[in-house]
Amino acid sequence: MANEETIRQELATKFPFMAEKIVVKRERRIFAEAPADRFMEVIAHAAVAMGFVNLCTITGLDEGENLAFFYHLARNDGTMLNLKLAVPKAKPVIKTVSGLFPGCVIYERELVDLLGAEVEGLPPGERYPLPDNWPAGQYPLRKDWKPEMLDKAGFSKGDIKNG
Amino acid sequence: MARIKIPIGPQHPALKEPESFRITLSGERIVETDMRLGYNHRGIEKAAEERTYVQDVYLLERVCGICSHSHSTCFVQAVEEIAGLVVPPRAQYIRTLIAELERIHSHLLWLGVAGHEVGFDTLLMYSWRDREVVMDTLASLSGNRVNYGMNTIGGVRRDFTREQLDGLLKVMDVLEERTKYYIEVATQEITLINRLSGVGSLSHEDAVKLGAVGPTGRASNVDRDVRRDDPYAAYKDLSFKVITDTHNDVYGRTVVRVLELMESYKIIRQIVAQIPDGPVTVKAPRKIPAGEAVSLYEAPRGEDIHFVKANGTDKPERVKVRAPTLANLHSVSKMLENNNLADVPITLAAIDPCFSCTDRMIRVREVSLGKSEMLSWESLRLFGIGWYLERGIDFSALNAKLKRQEKK
Repeated sequence: MANEETIRQELATKFPFMAEKIVVKRERRIFAEAPADRFMEVIAHAAVAMGFVNLCTITGLDEGENLAFFYHLARNDGTMLNLKLAVPKAKPVIKTVSGLFPGCVIYERELVDLLGAEVEGLPPGERYPLPDNWPAGQYPLRKDWKPEMLDKAGFSKGDIKNG
Repeated sequence: MARIKIPIGPQHPALKEPESFRITLSGERIVETDMRLGYNHRGIEKAAEERTYVQDVYLLERVCGICSHSHSTCFVQAVEEIAGLVVPPRAQYIRTLIAELERIHSHLLWLGVAGHEVGFDTLLMYSWRDREVVMDTLASLSGNRVNYGMNTIGGVRRDFTREQLDGLLKVMDVLEERTKYYIEVATQEITLINRLSGVGSLSHEDAVKLGAVGPTGRASNVDRDVRRDDPYAAYKDLSFKVITDTHNDVYGRTVVRVLELMESYKIIRQIVAQIPDGPVTVKAPRKIPAGEAVSLYEAPRGEDIHFVKANGTDKPERVKVRAPTLANLHSVSKMLENNNLADVPITLAAIDPCFSCTDRMIRVREVSLGKSEMLSWESLRLFGIGWYLERGIDFSALNAKLKRQEKK
């Protein structure tokens, strides 16, 4: 796993503040966590200088106090860097990475609809994937969300409207 | 020229599934495309958190009607990685075998749809007839035409006999013969080439930038294939070529898919020859230890991704699915730019968005008589042949000719 080890060292040297949080889990799978205030710097370096040119998708997680996001980056040789970012659930603001990966917009919209993330700089457009009249403040992938909460908001299946 | 906005979808004859495209036209030329997706959102990721790992294998198999084995394999791979399970080699080979049969049925399905979208319905009839050969094979191996139920955590649920495996060689010969004919059609039939060339262009740079995957990316010379780049199941032991093309258009996407069929036949022949003996499953724990894994899988439409986070219980903390079509939809707006409105159906079809077919048995009910009758797949087929015969349409001469070809 020489290749993965080289990547780990390059990240650790360039960003010593996250050196402890870079783990090579197996061949072609690297997991790392970047602090929220330096995240954009780290992901830009990975994309521009380290060859992680593909953003496969973004996974959003409800971790209780925090919302966490895994940015699944891949190089053309199949090596994946899973870069984690955690922000407080009370103020879940992240910045768009569409400047680096133009194809990411739909993945970021998913985070907005399903987890209630606020994505700064997201270009205007149709929401995804929930219906247009989905009640505000209901985020189905949050752990405390239950389908009954929809009934309480007075929303029934027959009401669904999409553009 | 004044611009006109035309809505296509969510329900529209040109679409096989609900999606909504708002297309801005200047005359016949497409200037801009807006998309609204999400009509098929069923909340599967949330549902997966509320079910056990074993139940989730079946739930996730139903994400897609065509790539059912793709999703279940992608999921169990992630779970097995977290649990540290070593899947027996024979099970890995069986997973690969079903995966390639699924690719063959998916690509032949696509070829028919593409033919239909450009008014070449003979191609649709031919390729879907040949697709029945692989559907029957899947049904005889797994018991079902789609949703094969092959996977379980730690291996596969069915083993195959030597006779079943050897029988595949004959099926591959028939399919290879037919595919050679399709390659001839795709590379020599001038009307088809002219209709598809230059339509739905996606430059190599745009394909990379927008993250196109699978045959859509490979037709724009994006040399990526999970089977080679991040080998899973038995692909490490098998030799095959990753097909790429530089046409960057719908024509290129057609060539890539028909040539990929030939590689799938090659892979299956190797599996039949090399499959090791041994068990097909290892015992998996009911509770999966805490951890996380990302699993990749080359589905017929491209890279499928599952992220699984386990929390030590018998239910996952989070399951994230990224199907290949979502990655390819970014490219669609770019492909449609400056094309004619009439090119919309084939351009959309060329990324091969997903739709399902799963008829196995049909229940005919005569309500007035209170009678019900079960038709097996075979009797349904005979019924269809008889229905056409009554109306003077007779395929028996053609069928006899094909049978003779198969025997050779």
